[in-house]
Amino acid sequence: MTALQQKTTEVVDPVPGAGAPHLPGQPDLVQLLTPEGERVEHPDYGIDVSDEELRGLYRDLALVRRWDVEATALQRQGELGIWASLLGQEAAQVGAGRALADGDMAFPTYREHGVAWTRGVDPLHVMSLFRGVDQGGWDPVAHDFNLYTVVIGAQTLHATGYAMGVQRDGAESAVLAFLGDGATSQGEVNEAMIWASSFAAPVVFFCQNNQYAISAPIERQSRVPLYQRAAGFGFPGVRVDGNDVLAVLSVTRAALAAAREGSGPTFIEAFTYRMGAHTTSDDPTRYRLASELEEWKLRDPIARLKAHLSRAGIADADFFTGVDAEGDELAARIRKGTLEMPDPAGTEMFDHVYAEQTPELARQREEFVAYHASFEGEQ
Amino acid sequence: MTETLTIGKALNLGLRKAMEDDGKVVLMGEDIGKLGGVFRITDGLQKDFGEARVVDTPLAEAGILGTAVGLAMRGYRPVCEIQFDGFVYPAYNQIVTQVAKIHARSRGRMPMPIVIRIPFGGGIGAVEHHSESPEAYFAHTAGLKVVAVSTPADAYWGIQQAIASPDPVVFFEPKRRYWEKGEVDPDGSPDPLFGSRVVRGGDDVTVLAYGPMVKTALQAADAAAEEGRSLEVVDLRTLSPLDLDPVYESVRRTGRCVVVHEAPVTLGLGAEIAARVTENCFHSLEAPVLRVGGYDTPYPPSKLEEDYLPDLDRVLDAVDRAMGF
Repeated sequence: MTALQQKTTEVVDPVPGAGAPHLPGQPDLVQLLTPEGERVEHPDYGIDVSDEELRGLYRDLALVRRWDVEATALQRQGELGIWASLLGQEAAQVGAGRALADGDMAFPTYREHGVAWTRGVDPLHVMSLFRGVDQGGWDPVAHDFNLYTVVIGAQTLHATGYAMGVQRDGAESAVLAFLGDGATSQGEVNEAMIWASSFAAPVVFFCQNNQYAISAPIERQSRVPLYQRAAGFGFPGVRVDGNDVLAVLSVTRAALAAAREGSGPTFIEAFTYRMGAHTTSDDPTRYRLASELEEWKLRDPIARLKAHLSRAGIADADFFTGVDAEGDELAARIRKGTLEMPDPAGTEMFDHVYAEQTPELARQREEFVAYHASFEGEQ
Repeated sequence: MTETLTIGKALNLGLRKAMEDDGKVVLMGEDIGKLGGVFRITDGLQKDFGEARVVDTPLAEAGILGTAVGLAMRGYRPVCEIQFDGFVYPAYNQIVTQVAKIHARSRGRMPMPIVIRIPFGGGIGAVEHHSESPEAYFAHTAGLKVVAVSTPADAYWGIQQAIASPDPVVFFEPKRRYWEKGEVDPDGSPDPLFGSRVVRGGDDVTVLAYGPMVKTALQAADAAAEEGRSLEVVDLRTLSPLDLDPVYESVRRTGRCVVVHEAPVTLGLGAEIAARVTENCFHSLEAPVLRVGGYDTPYPPSKLEEDYLPDLDRVLDAVDRAMGF
């Protein structure tokens, strides 16, 4: 083998799995809570959270997972067309979402149910998308939470442009752009990082590296740790333990604060794992080993916070029982609301294509109504 | 007071007026600031409005459109310049999957008042990708509005109307006619942006054109008149939505219709127009609707473009065929 071949076939950042050396001993990984639930310090990232906030974070994580479980069940029962599970990524999403301040704007992919939760979006407004009732039922302006974007990476440019608007308004707000590891291969994501850097836009790129883009493992997307890519664009990159809600909260808060202060973008790689399938249409047994999932179960984001809260005496058994009961109530509400969701009127598809309706589309709408009216009275 | 302006200068003045009227208007594009754009359409605007409102962007068309979406979400009215027609494709994803769909996706909560300026068409002796007519791709996409201007007055008013529109507008500028002159009255009142216009009355054949082909159609009408044939010429102006009521009225009188555009004929605007004219004027037609356009080839090297582009003679040939039925 020549030196060149050696160089180009070397995988600098091998995919973690059974026996992989990444966690918890990665030197560059920001971690404040070990997988065992032990609170540890980091030289650059502290965190100041009250016991109340810690219990709140646990509640967020548990309720979001309960919602996810219910949604997966509803899809299996034929009540949703599809569901994109966030199982395993709860801490990355809740930590990032809770780092946002009032006035900050978030741009999700289609898996950020945990962030939606932190922005006060009704879960039923997310369920309606996956049931096929609408493209997302929440008001993106009122919640400072954009609608889900399905085209991979397209929203990173929207976030960057929005941040350029924030600059022009002279506002002290920041923008949080979500993306996955697969999206880092998209040209548009690279353009977004170039623009953000060039204009020092107040945007934070929050990449959940869940190790897979459907079936393609991370080494198909990148030969270097993703957070190191930021250096090439001229802004800081940081890798955080994505299953550690405290570390994610701390790192994201710091990056958003820097953006608000005019220091420009940051790239955060939240190192996590998609414990479920890509979506309910996927079969991960075809491309990954069961042992890998078992390894990651030991790093579960909820179990480690629960261990910490229990050990530190911040929450007792009654608290956890109460959260479980609240989760079941939430799940029941989501189930009931989903089953009772009315189908939209057929004319709705015509009504918002344009702000100013065109004569041609108005005509097609009339034809549609007349066509369907022609069946009235028929069996 | 009426002024004589080129199409290029009329666009420049129209952009300036729009920027003066609305502080949320932001121009974005490659080389549009210091240089004033490769065709100088934005000449002097960065100097007067600053770098935050006339943005010299990185060289990335998807970036221009994608960040324009974000700016629009924040309440701005971005006007994006695509340097040449053939360079719009890197931005195609953002235009078709995002710009066109966000109003519907958000059920009206997020308007997309974005203008995409595209100098289009051939006849300037350029290299590959600098002479194309991609309007059908955009007219086929629900959620976009598409216009093509042909005169300095329409350029001056049209760009302001497009910027004021709450919907995204793809604004095609006839690049080989940038230097054509015409009268503009800034104190006058414009015709609606989304309307067609009969620009020459006639009785024998209705000729439809837009953008750079309007002049060609008018030249054909002059030549036909010398042979005793009377052509009615309609400047379509708006390609999506189409405004064909004046066309139907005309075809019901003439019984014959020829559509002219530089774009390839197969599945071009002419195909849709022929279908609609046939559907609406079937009993008045004396001949099938004929199309004159580019061939179904890639835009050829410039030594061949005169063979590729419709000209006066090809329009008259179609008129002869329509009359011969």
